[in-house]
Amino acid sequence: MMVLGPGLLGLGSLFAWAMAGLPAFGDYHGPYGFVLNRVVVPLRHTTNVVMGTTFDVRGVDTMGEEFILYAAVVGVTLLLRDETRSKQAERRTRRLPNDTARLVGIAMVGGGLLVGLWLMAFGYITPGGGFQGGVLAAGAILLLYVVGSHRDYRPFRDVHALDPLESLGSGGYVIVGLAALASGTAFLTNLFGLGTTGTLLSGGSIAILNWASAIAVTCAMVLLFAEFLETYVVPLEPEDSGS
Amino acid sequence: MVLATLVPLQAVAFGLVALGAPLVVLTRDPLRQALVNGVYGVSLVLLFVVLEAPDPALSMLVVSGVGYPLVILAAIARVRGHERTKDGDER
Repeated sequence: MMVLGPGLLGLGSLFAWAMAGLPAFGDYHGPYGFVLNRVVVPLRHTTNVVMGTTFDVRGVDTMGEEFILYAAVVGVTLLLRDETRSKQAERRTRRLPNDTARLVGIAMVGGGLLVGLWLMAFGYITPGGGFQGGVLAAGAILLLYVVGSHRDYRPFRDVHALDPLESLGSGGYVIVGLAALASGTAFLTNLFGLGTTGTLLSGGSIAILNWASAIAVTCAMVLLFAEFLETYVVPLEPEDSGS
Repeated sequence: MVLATLVPLQAVAFGLVALGAPLVVLTRDPLRQALVNGVYGVSLVLLFVVLEAPDPALSMLVVSGVGYPLVILAAIARVRGHERTKDGDER
């Protein structure tokens, strides 16, 4: 108590001092936001300025972010993957006992996949993009495990098929960048025709980079789910089959 | 430059977030906490939408609604499974 009181007092006064010095709500001083808002649609033909920024103006940043995700998945895989154990998980064939819950769940799998694909495809026209669509699609796939069984989910636990796909997504991003380098311009320069504003054929390289990251994110999430499920579910197997 | 002011809708969204965060911390049961955290995530989504940031809102929606609960629920399932097995051994 002797330390906590003065400590809280000190922290409180410093916090109040810091809060008083903050700019007012909605007070934006950075020039880039205003520049991008004016420039991205005429220059890149993508009606979603955020995507025009992340996949073109700041394309290298996004590549770095993609490799952060890649490194995270590699880390989880190194930590959790156990080749000797993966066969045991096949045993569980129990399904949800409630038909209504299963029906609603299956509808949500379809709906989630559809919305996920829509977010990916139209990411550079309306809000969305590869990351959001990818996580949503992976979540819909995971729901298949919840409403179905291990057997239904088996194709999505096949890490030997997922690993190369994940690499294809992450590597595809770099390949688009290198293609620009090979054609004599700077890394990740927008190569392909910019197309008509507001259609799927707009944005040039942005569309391809978006799909590359969509594949990378979907596979990364499905891989993560697969590794987690194997680690968490397998230790429960003997108990489940015994009851 | 026009300085934006806090409109009532934004104030409500901020209020919900401020209300939700302590609720998550004060919930003791991990399973219930995972659910409360999901609801708190939705309040953050609402805040992002109100602040006209649809892209982070979508990211937040899928991360707080799908990715994060899975990791927590899976961890809870494992811990509870261990406890159950232990109980069975004692009996």
